[in-house]
Amino acid sequence: MLTIENVHVSVAGKEILKGLSLTVKAGEMHAIMGPNGAGKSTLGYALAGREGYEVTEGSVTYDGADLLAMEPEERAAAGVFLAFQYPVEIPGVNNTYFLRAALNAQRKQRGEIELDSMQFLKLVRGKLAVLQLKDELLHRAVNEGFSGGEKKRNEIFQMALLEPKLAILDETDSGLDIDAMKLVADGVNAMRDPARTFLVITHYQRLLDYIEPDFVHVLADGRIVESGDKSLALKLEEHGYAWIAERKLAGAL
Amino acid sequence: MADGLLESLLDTPVIATDKVPAWLAAVRQSALAELARDGLPRAGNEAWKYTSLRALERRSFAQNDSGAASHKINLESFDLPALDGPRLAFVNGVFREDLSHSPEIDGLTVQALSGAIDDDVEWVRPYLTRPFDESAQAFARSNTALARDGALIRVAPGSRIVEPVHLLFFGSAAEADIAWQVRSIVELGDGASLRLIEQHVGDSDATPFGNSVSQYVLGPKSRLDLVQIQNTATGSTSIRRSEAVLAADANLSMHALEIGGQLARHDVAIELVGERSRFESRGVFALRGRQHNDTHLDIRHIGRDSSSDVLWRGVADQRARGVFHGAITIAAGADGSDARLSNKNLLLSANAEIDTQPVLEIHADEVKASHGATVGQLDETALFYLRSRGLDVESARQILTRAFCGAALDRVKPESLRDYLLRQLTDQLHLSTGVVA
Repeated sequence: MLTIENVHVSVAGKEILKGLSLTVKAGEMHAIMGPNGAGKSTLGYALAGREGYEVTEGSVTYDGADLLAMEPEERAAAGVFLAFQYPVEIPGVNNTYFLRAALNAQRKQRGEIELDSMQFLKLVRGKLAVLQLKDELLHRAVNEGFSGGEKKRNEIFQMALLEPKLAILDETDSGLDIDAMKLVADGVNAMRDPARTFLVITHYQRLLDYIEPDFVHVLADGRIVESGDKSLALKLEEHGYAWIAERKLAGAL
Repeated sequence: MADGLLESLLDTPVIATDKVPAWLAAVRQSALAELARDGLPRAGNEAWKYTSLRALERRSFAQNDSGAASHKINLESFDLPALDGPRLAFVNGVFREDLSHSPEIDGLTVQALSGAIDDDVEWVRPYLTRPFDESAQAFARSNTALARDGALIRVAPGSRIVEPVHLLFFGSAAEADIAWQVRSIVELGDGASLRLIEQHVGDSDATPFGNSVSQYVLGPKSRLDLVQIQNTATGSTSIRRSEAVLAADANLSMHALEIGGQLARHDVAIELVGERSRFESRGVFALRGRQHNDTHLDIRHIGRDSSSDVLWRGVADQRARGVFHGAITIAAGADGSDARLSNKNLLLSANAEIDTQPVLEIHADEVKASHGATVGQLDETALFYLRSRGLDVESARQILTRAFCGAALDRVKPESLRDYLLRQLTDQLHLSTGVVA
C-alpha cells in the first residue's frame, strides 16, 4: 500500500534523505530506527507533505496514487496520519472544535456525511476512555498547557478518532514515562487492523516491547541500511548504532 | 493646494444660522477659527505620520443632509443581541427619535444633545467648551464647531444601571457625501456603573465622513463597561475621538472591534487622575481590501497606584494598512502605577502593512510597566499541523487568525455579545463559523 522508491529529500538546501526505499503492505507494523540526525523525522514530514521538505528525486506511491502530488489535507483525507514528535500548541482553538472540523473536513473530502455535534461527542467519549484522557482536555485549547505525556496521548487520541490507513508515529515514545508509554501502546495496539499500516519511528527499542513490529529498519545517513524482524531491534539495543556502521564497513572491504 | 475636506468643514452656513446660546456660538466660532488657521493634520504631523488624508483633499462634502431626519433605515441587520435597555440612534449625525427608545430607568438620564442645547442645559457647558490646543486635534476642533447632536448620558451617584445603553451612529446614503459630526458626553456619578455599547455602522453604499467625539467622565468608584464597534460601510471615513477622565477608584473597561470603513482613525485619550483608577482596553482591528485603520491610544497615569492594561490584536490582509500607536505616560507623582501594553499583529498578505508603536514615558517611582509589540505571520508549523489533520489551507488560516484575535475579545460580556463580535470578525475575514476556545 506504500512504496517509497529512491526518495531524496532536502531541507533548506541540505539533503537529508539520500535515496530511501521502503515497501510496506497493508496491515503491517514497521519500525524505523536510527541514530539522531539520520532523517527519521524528515521521512515523516515528507510523507505528510510539510512545506520546506522538498523531494528532489524518487517517488512515493500510496494506494496506487502519487502521494507526493497531494496537498497535506488530501493526504489526510486519503488516510495518512502523522503523530507529531512535538505536537503543536494552538492557543484559542478549542480541541473539540478542531477535532470535529478536522474529522468533518476529511469526511467531506471523501464524500461522506459530516457528523453533528451529538454524533461526534459520542464517538469521542469512546476513544478517550482507551487513552485515559480526561474529558476536560476536550474543552481546552489544542495542546495548550498539556503535559508532555498528555500531548503525546492526544496525538494517539486524534489517530483513534481519524482512523487513518497509514499511521506514522514520530517518536511518540520520547519523553514518556513507562505508564504513559503503555497507554500509548495500548492505544496503538487497539487500532491494529489488517487494513491499517503503521510506521513507528523511534530512537529506542523500549516502545517495541509493547508494540510488536513485523519489520524493523535501520535508517542511517538518509537511507535504510538494514532491515530485519523484531530481533534486529534487540541487537541494536545491545550493540548500539555504531555496530551497523561497522558491519557496513566490514561488508565493503 | 485646495483641500476639499477642509473647505467643506469651513463652509459655515450651518452654524451661522443656528440659534444657540451666546457662549456656544463663541466657542464654535473660535474652534472654527483655529481650524481655519491650522488646517487639517499634514504628513509632517507626528501623530498623523502613518495616516494620510490626501484622498480626502480631492473630495467635497455637504454639511447638512436635509433627509437625515427622514431616511428610511432598516436597523434589523444591525441588531445586537441581549440589548433591552435604552437606545439612541443618529443618522448622519442627526438624532432620530423614531429609531430610538428610552424607557424610564431610575438614576439614568439619556437625551439627545440637540435638545439640551435648545434648553441650554448647564452641565454640558464645560464639555462643549473644552479647548483642543494641538493642531493634531483638528477634527476635535471641527467637532466642537460643528456638532449639533449626539448622546448625553448621566448616571446618578450610586446608581448601578443594569440595562445596557446602546448608541447607534448610522451613516446613510444621501444626495451628496455628507460630513457629519456628533458629540457625546457620558458622566458617571460617585459609585455609579453603566454598560454602554457604541455601534458605528451604515448603508453599504454610503460614503460619508463621520466625525465623532465622546467624552467620558467617571466619578470616584464608578465603573463604565464600554464596547465600541466600528463597522461602517466600505467607502466611509470614520474619525473618532474618545476621551476619558477617571477619578479615584474608577474603572473603565473598553472593548473595541475595528473592521469597517475605508479610512478609520480613532484617538483614545485616557487620564487616570484619581488614585487607584483603572483602565483596560482590549481590541481587534481586522482589515482587508484597501482599508486603512489607525488606532491611537494616549494613556496618562496621573494618580498614584493607577493601572492600565492594553491588549490589542491586529490583522491585515490584501492591501490593507493598520496602525497602532500605544503611548503610556506615567506622570511625576503617579508612584506605584502599573501599566501593561501588548499589541500583536498578523500580516496575511505580502502587500498588507501594519505599523505598531508602543511608547512608554515614566516620570514616577516604583512603577511597574511593560510593553510589547510584534508584527508577524501565521505560524507555519501550526498551519501544517491543522492541514495534516485534514483541514484545507484556507480553513486552517482562518481558524488560526480568528484564534489570534479572539484573545482580545474573550472577556466581553454577555457571551451573546462576545459571540456577535466574533461573528462580525469572522465575516470580515470571510471565515466559516465555529467555536473558539
